[in-house]
Amino acid sequence: MDFFQLLSDVEKADPEFLDRINPRRRVFKYLGDAGQKITAAAVPAVLASFFNRAYGQSTLTAPVQAVLTLALQLEYLEYHFYNTALSINGLVPSQEVAAITTIRNDEAGHINALRGVLGSSAPSYLFTDFDYSGGSGSGNGPMKNALIPGADGNVNGALFFAAGQAFSDTGQRAYKGGAPVLNTTATKDILEAALNIHSVEARHNSHFRTVRRAIAANSLGSAGAPAVAPYNTAPKSWISQIDNGGPIAPDGSKPASKVYGPGNPPTGAPDASYPGEDNVSQAGVDLTTKLSTAYTPAAVSEAFDEPLDGPTVKTIATMFTSAAGKAKGLFV
Amino acid sequence: MPTHFPSEPQLREAELDKPLYAPIKRRSFFMYAGATAGATALVLAGCSKSDSSPGTIDVGSGDAGILNYAYALEQLEAAFYAQIKTGGYYMGLAPGSAEKQIFDDLALHEAIHRDFLKAALQANSITPLKDLTPNFSSINFGNRDQVLSAAQTFEDTGVAAYNGAGRFLSNNANLALAGKIVSVEARHAALIRDLRSYNSFVANDVVNTFTPTNTAVTANYLGEGTPNSTPNTQGNGNPGPGQERSKRPPQILQAVNNFLADGSKLSANSFM
Repeated sequence: MDFFQLLSDVEKADPEFLDRINPRRRVFKYLGDAGQKITAAAVPAVLASFFNRAYGQSTLTAPVQAVLTLALQLEYLEYHFYNTALSINGLVPSQEVAAITTIRNDEAGHINALRGVLGSSAPSYLFTDFDYSGGSGSGNGPMKNALIPGADGNVNGALFFAAGQAFSDTGQRAYKGGAPVLNTTATKDILEAALNIHSVEARHNSHFRTVRRAIAANSLGSAGAPAVAPYNTAPKSWISQIDNGGPIAPDGSKPASKVYGPGNPPTGAPDASYPGEDNVSQAGVDLTTKLSTAYTPAAVSEAFDEPLDGPTVKTIATMFTSAAGKAKGLFV
Repeated sequence: MPTHFPSEPQLREAELDKPLYAPIKRRSFFMYAGATAGATALVLAGCSKSDSSPGTIDVGSGDAGILNYAYALEQLEAAFYAQIKTGGYYMGLAPGSAEKQIFDDLALHEAIHRDFLKAALQANSITPLKDLTPNFSSINFGNRDQVLSAAQTFEDTGVAAYNGAGRFLSNNANLALAGKIVSVEARHAALIRDLRSYNSFVANDVVNTFTPTNTAVTANYLGEGTPNSTPNTQGNGNPGPGQERSKRPPQILQAVNNFLADGSKLSANSFM
């Protein structure tokens, strides 16, 4: 098979082919990078990867498209929250502006990547499509002070960081739940991209938790404040059981409790069940009794994060959808 | 005892590929590669560098190979944190201090990962890799900077390793389990990095950072911006924008072998 002849034939049939696979025509640079690895046996795989890049959006199966679309919606939820926070004077403490900028930029990159796979027909969402009060469009939910500098519960951005923790934990659990759907021969590259986004969400979450410990200890700008049980306000950088329901809102409610609870179904095979974050049983084995008596339920639960199913993720995220967002089908 | 660990047909095939414990001789290595992965893998493996590095233990192929690869990484991490707890830096930490809390937790988490993976391998009739002998002689366990620096290396490496290995898993139960572990490793990595240098929980050495444009609050943002590195899909550390720099097992093991004693060094010739 003459690979270059084939590319040339494809371009004759579809003059925009090379632009489609890479607008800046870096395809030959790409080929150069890959050149060392191209053997006769590998050529079909390289071709397949080009065709995925060029036409992938039209060949995604419905389940893959659904997982990626939900992921994109969650990325917009996070992006607009952090991007807007950066524009509000006095909301993000000066010690954390760099961190929130980093996180905002990562979410922007995730939107870029997901739109690249889903294609230009992928939905997009505006800041006004979200209700960051957690009021399902009422604007009067328990998190309504999260974007108001110094408001009740939000001194030093405490409520803002609590929301960031809840959003990024929802994200990491959602990506975890979606990964098995992406594990098909045709979508291995998409799977790896999703895994690479998933761990970045976990890094963000770790930092949000570190900031919340610092706020509780009045030591902003340092990672040196200890966690304080029962972890609602000064959590560990990992989820310990269900963190006692997570952050507490000014009205006394725990608006993120579902983020740490079970999905549906809560028990079953690892790729088809969604236990709460206090789960101590992996692959059917209770790790608190079968391995070592030193492995407490807290330690075992911390050592594993749990996936969430799409419908449960949407139930959580719908609290943060405005009427405009609902009209666009956001988290429906 | 019920288990949801691999029982699918493709794993039965993988179970036959016991990890190689003996140093790999050139001829038996080719037989192994040819028998398990077909002609294409034979060509690729024949070109690989580790072919000329005798004395490595190969992690095997298929899901069993990736699970043993994960088990090897967790063995190393668990041994590292266990040794920290006997060293001068940890012994000098005040009770109740953040760093004591953190290293107590990390030692537990990694030991749980190690023991869980071993039990899961055994439950599915896959022979676990032998107990590896680490070599931490390059680390001064009395020195905070050295301990934190090494911890960052192990955690960042673990994240890049799990992310780069996921695509080789056929059984989604195994993929789900790997996903449950890797995000905890990412939490560890981010915190250790913040302890060393505040706000470095994400940085360009581990994530392909992205600089967006069109970030006005009212804008209809469509992903405009530029990644730091040009992305490709080769798993060589240049992922898409805002993504972890995942790496394939052979690339990971090159770094990991620096912390393993002779006789415990690893290869992963089935996972290019």
